Amino acid sequence: MNTTTNAVRLGLRRGLREYRHALTSYDQFFNLFTSVGFLVVLLFQRSSSLAGTSLSLAAATLPSMIGMMVAFGGLVGPAGQLSVNREDGTLLRAKAVPHGMLGYLVGRITQTSLDTVTALLIILVPGAFLVEGLSGAGVGGWLLLVLTIVVGLLATLPWGAVAGSLAKSPQGAMGYTMLPIMPVVAISGIFYPITALPGWVQGIAQLFPVYWMGLGTRSALLPDSAVTAELYGSWRHWETFGVLGLWAVVGFVVAPGILRRMARRESGSDMEHRRQAAMQRGV
Amino acid sequence: MIIDVRDLRMAYGAVDVLHGVDFVAERGEVVALLGPNGAGKTTTIEILEGFRTPSAGHVRVLGEDPEKGDEAWRAKLGVVLQSWRDHGRWRVRELLDHLGSYYAPYGTPSRPRPFDTDELLETVGLTEHALKKVGKLSGGQRRRLDVAIGIVGKPELLFLDEPTAGFDPHARRDFHDLVHRLADLEGMTILLTTHDLAEAEKLSDRILVLAGGRIIADGSPDLLSRQVEGKAEVRWTQDGTRHVHATEDATAFVRDLLGRHATGVSELEVRRSSLEDTYMALVQRFESKQAHPEREQEVVTL
Repeated sequence: MNTTTNAVRLGLRRGLREYRHALTSYDQFFNLFTSVGFLVVLLFQRSSSLAGTSLSLAAATLPSMIGMMVAFGGLVGPAGQLSVNREDGTLLRAKAVPHGMLGYLVGRITQTSLDTVTALLIILVPGAFLVEGLSGAGVGGWLLLVLTIVVGLLATLPWGAVAGSLAKSPQGAMGYTMLPIMPVVAISGIFYPITALPGWVQGIAQLFPVYWMGLGTRSALLPDSAVTAELYGSWRHWETFGVLGLWAVVGFVVAPGILRRMARRESGSDMEHRRQAAMQRGV
Repeated sequence: MIIDVRDLRMAYGAVDVLHGVDFVAERGEVVALLGPNGAGKTTTIEILEGFRTPSAGHVRVLGEDPEKGDEAWRAKLGVVLQSWRDHGRWRVRELLDHLGSYYAPYGTPSRPRPFDTDELLETVGLTEHALKKVGKLSGGQRRRLDVAIGIVGKPELLFLDEPTAGFDPHARRDFHDLVHRLADLEGMTILLTTHDLAEAEKLSDRILVLAGGRIIADGSPDLLSRQVEGKAEVRWTQDGTRHVHATEDATAFVRDLLGRHATGVSELEVRRSSLEDTYMALVQRFESKQAHPEREQEVVTL
């Protein structure tokens, strides 16, 4: 049996197990909570319409939310898990086992992907009943949605791993990811069309993956007529996958080195120091 | 030679933690690393595990430089650290089985890997907790699981950092039996750190005393006691009065005592210095020899 294939196989199994553990844990309250929150937003937006179209604002917000959730899941999820796993010793355990790090990483990617898809379904399924105008998306639309989700995860996952590696504590990891992502979401046309914002703010928003994720998911699920509400009146598929692809490529160039450096430095006494620090924080 | 360390040095910034550690360990040996807090025990073990880069020195573990050790080398090691709180949501059996599976490709007909999960659970006494969540285990149970995970890959060399901290006397006895079994049956080489001298004496073939970043004593527990010319303590009762006398040569003293008093001496007791006395004497002797006054502030806690 090849040792590398064995570790990848174990990593997949590990990801599935941890996903199952999370499904039956209190984590789901958080999912339920955000889901209800988002559905309330959709409910309020049902009566307003998307400028220049006959669609409701909610119909545009639902796909945008999905795009945002993917960026969120890819960035915040791994950052938090990685820093928690450094503190509790999971990472060191992986280091002590032959090819354990490979298994750990495959497991994390598997779990993050499944977590993200779950969070999407929790919004998408009830949302589809609430919002009209999404039924028009054909097979091509759904394929484009899946492609956007995959590329979006690739564009954000490595950066989540970088944040989790650089942070000194789980709280720090939350800070590194939540603090930047909140303002970015606010200006990325997720809950309100980006066209309503000043030009320079639009420029900043287009540097980050969140806007392009939202654009990609809207182009997949909304009827073609909704394109008039977008910047330049176009779905800009080339630009979407160009920017997301650039984030992914740079991420996968940068992340392995930082991950390796973090993993190499991991040792029992460091973990003990972090444990002491965590106890002083009262966690 | 399983472990070969020569002139190992480690400095954190300007602070020297290890200055020239030398020792070897042979196959099947159980070696205890003793020393006051801050002596560099954990640093030494972490360097041997390949988790820390030494400043200088020659280190070979199973014939390889730990820094360059690959995954096949890693598969021959077992590591039990001091504090582990990982995988709280996993069930005991599930976790042990999962981590053991990583070793499967490294098995050979003469040394199949890993250990059978259920047998190992039985060995460490966790069978009845097999389906419990790891996060719900008591401190001692958690520690036994850590030990089980450390040996699941049937390592040739096992590192145990304070393995019995938090064990009750019964669990401790069981654990000692386990260590003997591993060393005898599996030919495992074991390097352990402990604060418990009685444990070091019971478990190890050899004791290394680490103080001030150097090995200051290296030998069997018995040999160590002799190294510090053990002052023996002689106690006896004479005409209703209890006497205590410390002497280098207890035999001569007792012969003389009984020669002088044909009757009247009762409740005679000769106590050789214990390993603890030896250890304290060694560390104190070392510390008083040190010219640096700041090192003398180092507290010896046992």
